[in-house]
Amino acid sequence: MSRRRLFGLAGAGAALAGAGAAIAGTVVSRSAEPAMRAAAREEAARDSVPFRGQHQAGIVTPAQDRMHFVALDVTTTDRAALVDLLRRWTRAAERMTAGAEVSPLGALGGNPDAPPADNGEALGLPASQLTVTLGLGGSLFDGRFGLAGAKPAGLAELPHFQLDQLDPKRSGGDLCIQACANDPQVAVHAIRHLVRMGFGTTSVRWSQLGFGRTSSTSNAQLTPRNLFGFKDGTNNIKAEDPAALGDHVWVAPGDGPTWLAGGSYLVARRIRMHIEIWDRTSLAEQESIIGRQKGSGAPPGKPGEFDPSDFAMAANDGRPLIGENAHIRLASAAANGGAKILRRGYNFVDGADGSGHLDAGLFFICFARDPHRQFVPMQRALASQDDLMEYIEHTGSGLFAVPPGVGPDGFWADTLFE
Amino acid sequence: MPRAIARSLPLSVASLASLALLAGCGTGSGGGTGSGAPAESDGSITVNASDTACEVSKAEAPAGKLTFQVANKGTKVTEFYLYGTGDRIMGEVENVGPGLTRRLIVEVPDGGTYTTACKPGMVGDGIRAPFTVTGQANRSVDTNARLAEATASYKRYVTSQIEALVPKTEEFVTTVKAGNVAAAKAQFPVARTYWERIEPVAESFGDLDPKMDGREDDERAPGEQFTGYHRLEKDLWVDGLKADSPAIADQLLADMKVLQARVAGVELTPVQLANGAKELLDEVATGKITGEEDRYSHTDLWDFKANVEGSQAAVAALRPVIDEKDKNLGPTLDRRFAAVDTLLEGYRDGDGFKLYTQLTPDDTKKMAAAVDALGEPVSQVAGVVTTP
Repeated sequence: MSRRRLFGLAGAGAALAGAGAAIAGTVVSRSAEPAMRAAAREEAARDSVPFRGQHQAGIVTPAQDRMHFVALDVTTTDRAALVDLLRRWTRAAERMTAGAEVSPLGALGGNPDAPPADNGEALGLPASQLTVTLGLGGSLFDGRFGLAGAKPAGLAELPHFQLDQLDPKRSGGDLCIQACANDPQVAVHAIRHLVRMGFGTTSVRWSQLGFGRTSSTSNAQLTPRNLFGFKDGTNNIKAEDPAALGDHVWVAPGDGPTWLAGGSYLVARRIRMHIEIWDRTSLAEQESIIGRQKGSGAPPGKPGEFDPSDFAMAANDGRPLIGENAHIRLASAAANGGAKILRRGYNFVDGADGSGHLDAGLFFICFARDPHRQFVPMQRALASQDDLMEYIEHTGSGLFAVPPGVGPDGFWADTLFE
Repeated sequence: MPRAIARSLPLSVASLASLALLAGCGTGSGGGTGSGAPAESDGSITVNASDTACEVSKAEAPAGKLTFQVANKGTKVTEFYLYGTGDRIMGEVENVGPGLTRRLIVEVPDGGTYTTACKPGMVGDGIRAPFTVTGQANRSVDTNARLAEATASYKRYVTSQIEALVPKTEEFVTTVKAGNVAAAKAQFPVARTYWERIEPVAESFGDLDPKMDGREDDERAPGEQFTGYHRLEKDLWVDGLKADSPAIADQLLADMKVLQARVAGVELTPVQLANGAKELLDEVATGKITGEEDRYSHTDLWDFKANVEGSQAAVAALRPVIDEKDKNLGPTLDRRFAAVDTLLEGYRDGDGFKLYTQLTPDDTKKMAAAVDALGEPVSQVAGVVTTP
């Protein structure tokens, strides 16, 4: 059970128990949730998510609480070895998604003279809505595997954005795997096993843990908060809006190479937040920089989180109520020619930075049909104009093509390799 | 030597008669897709698996090779297992999709009570039933003969290495005592090569190893001092030879001769060979690629090379048994050993190797990837050679 959930359940119990607690319950709407609904949500959080389908899971799947992301380099030039690994990975990922051990021999069933087939750290844990999502980086199409002709235009390198401080050790990769689950141990178990299976074929390039989702990808989810304390992803594309997903997330058959139809692109950006500086900023300034009210998440002058932002509305002094350089304005579809992205990021704290500060931030992940039309203009505007840039720093980056879902007898990226 | 001395393998004097015990348990060979029809006429056992039932056509069979035809009549992907005592898996077949039939062939040499299980949806304990195996099947005499030859062959290898190690150590010791620092420095990594090739065997003598190959920061009993290879290494490269350096050198040679005498009496089991091969690569990963082992001389790549050679020798001794049990493992091992060799050759410098301090982070990353790639299949050898 996540701490957040524990909190929600405790709040609900307290709300039932007495009026005093009910007052506290109004502060955080989630804690007013009826106990039975919370229990049903608890149950669902342990369930399994189907692995196979038209699209890969882990994109419009309601964002789980935890993430382990890994970028890998392919260390062989043997195409058959890579395809064999993709087949074995598919099988293992499907099993772990179902809550099963990585292979039938499992942690305990094998020959005691052999190392356990499953490392065992997820023994006894439920499926926890694990999803495992594969992406292919532009470098995979460099000719080593005869894929140069199949490289989609969307994998052209991202431009250098203003103020980027990208660490090569946190950027790029031939492949990426995103594992999300409601239990961090389940997500780590999945990545650790796929890495183990890859020795000799792949090698870890970089890896990122995320501990709290920063986006809701379904109307059924409440909007979570990032480490700046603001609700994040209020205007996200939601699973319940197939038209928007078709317009903005899924690669359509005519968009590029056939193999990617039904897939998407994943952009990952490791965004270090200078939380110590932010925490010394006044509430008014924080709200002005973001362009939302911190408590409700509502736009300025509006009562509800999901009320549309009015970018023309002026304050008493005649200036726009939502500033010209406010984050919400620059990132809005209106400011980006109608372009939207599906955000699916996670908070992180990677220990300390050695200078007395926490190395904290947001591991931004978005899915888009064409990253160069959707993500790049948005990020270019943010990097050069967003007042928030004073408090953040992009330290890692990756762009990956996400193959379509795996069919009944298929394997990851089979549309590319077969 | 490893960071934790106690980790070294317990190499007691085991007799070759224990080989018969090795054929204890393991997995059977998973079969391919079968015909789908009940096939009792050929002696195979039909399993009708559904989402709620696991009907096995017989509950008893004589010891030997058992063939199960597993037909999935349900809606979920299923698996079929034959378990031995303590849920040890004798054989399993996975990924049996709805409507498919797959064959499982499993070797069960010992009579007794086993358990069959179908696992619709791949999770949980499965739908179980007892299964009795009667009588006793003949074990493969060939396998035991091959295992005996493997241990004998590796014993010859260890003996040959220690026969070279003693005179090389003697030469090094003489040079140290003569105060010839430059020549001693040149001999140090060469003498260690023979030691590093048989390191798990040497380490198995827990009283000798800390004296001969201990590191300065190892914990010692009160009164025990820092001696052996690395003490001399520090003298030669950092502190200069000291008044007691000749005595330390003499002690190293004396210990080496004790080691030689003890090794002559050692009997090894196939599992110890396989685990020794794996431990040598563990040594590389934790001691050599990190530059910890030879922290004064930085001659870690000599040791790296020797560890890999020793690992390869142990695997080579077991190779006939490996090939008998798993036709894919041997070629994989060949490729991965060759990849490590090729990589190391790129760091040659004259007769020896570049120093650890000349390596970049990218170099050590490549080495780690190659050793990880090799370590995974080598870690499978013990299980493969003990599969019945």
